[in-house]
Amino acid sequence: MNHADLTQYLDYLLIAMLLAVGFAIVRLRNLFAVVMLTGVYSLLCAAWFVSLDAVDVAFTEAAVGAGISTVLMLGAMLLTARESEPAGAGRHWAAFGVVAAAGAALFFAIPDMPVYGDPESPANAYVGRDYLEQVPHDISIPNVVTAVLSSYRGFDTLGEVVVVFSAALGVMLLLGFGTGARRREEGED
Amino acid sequence: MSPHLILQVVAKLLIPLIVIFGFYVQFHGEYGPGGGFQAGVIIAVAVILYALIFGIEAARRTVPPVVVRFGAALGVLIFAGVGVATLFMNGAGEPLNYLDYDALHPDQGHHTGQHYGIILIEIGVLTTVSSVMLAIFYAFAGRVPDIPDEEW
Repeated sequence: MNHADLTQYLDYLLIAMLLAVGFAIVRLRNLFAVVMLTGVYSLLCAAWFVSLDAVDVAFTEAAVGAGISTVLMLGAMLLTARESEPAGAGRHWAAFGVVAAAGAALFFAIPDMPVYGDPESPANAYVGRDYLEQVPHDISIPNVVTAVLSSYRGFDTLGEVVVVFSAALGVMLLLGFGTGARRREEGED
Repeated sequence: MSPHLILQVVAKLLIPLIVIFGFYVQFHGEYGPGGGFQAGVIIAVAVILYALIFGIEAARRTVPPVVVRFGAALGVLIFAGVGVATLFMNGAGEPLNYLDYDALHPDQGHHTGQHYGIILIEIGVLTTVSSVMLAIFYAFAGRVPDIPDEEW
């Protein structure tokens, strides 16, 4: 009981930091700072996932969101301007309307959500419990996430690997293989 | 002397540790968090860090783009090949199923076949993910000249 009470405040702190970083990303126009802050945002998300005991997701978020994405966004930023154009005030209000409507819908849905950590919640009760009970008999490896991902859902994971492969294929077909001296030395355009 | 001397020294210390950590995540994925996806990204990050500090050309000499292209396809082939292998290695005499790792080893009591299968497909995932991340990085970085000194 005490344990849960303490981590709860850590969660509040992390969510407050996520909000602050989100506002900073919206307000800033320097794209380098924005890219760095999106990396910080991913890292805070990863810390929050650890606090929610989702270590595998946290690991992926830290490696992909804070690591690779930041580098790729920096590479994309080098191809374009360093500052973003200011958007018109009309667009601000339209975006605010969409965000407010989505947020109101989410608050409306909160009472239907199961209590945090509820063992009888749908996510924990049916298939999830079956996996937790069957993995020691079927696979006998300690990490249930790896067992589900590689063995029970091996075919899905094969599909994911094919998706990753086709992502690279698409990028290489669009941007070239990056091998030649395809360098834009002429100017900023 | 390079203006990034401190960065280069620190990176040379860090890159081997990053790669070792990547392999730890890869082969420890059955016991702790992690697996082929995360390990592939970490190993790609090691090469990308090298490219950022020492220049894209040095990284291209170390990990040539042709290897990256080959690896991206090879990982998918390893994964799919394990599935094809399980179709033909029917040790337990049960119905043949694609990606049914129990067929890989006759020892059903300790699920050795499951362990073999998971390790093999995770190697395929590692190969594809690390190659794909590097391929995308090369495709982006190959379009701009190296970062000029005033932007550091």
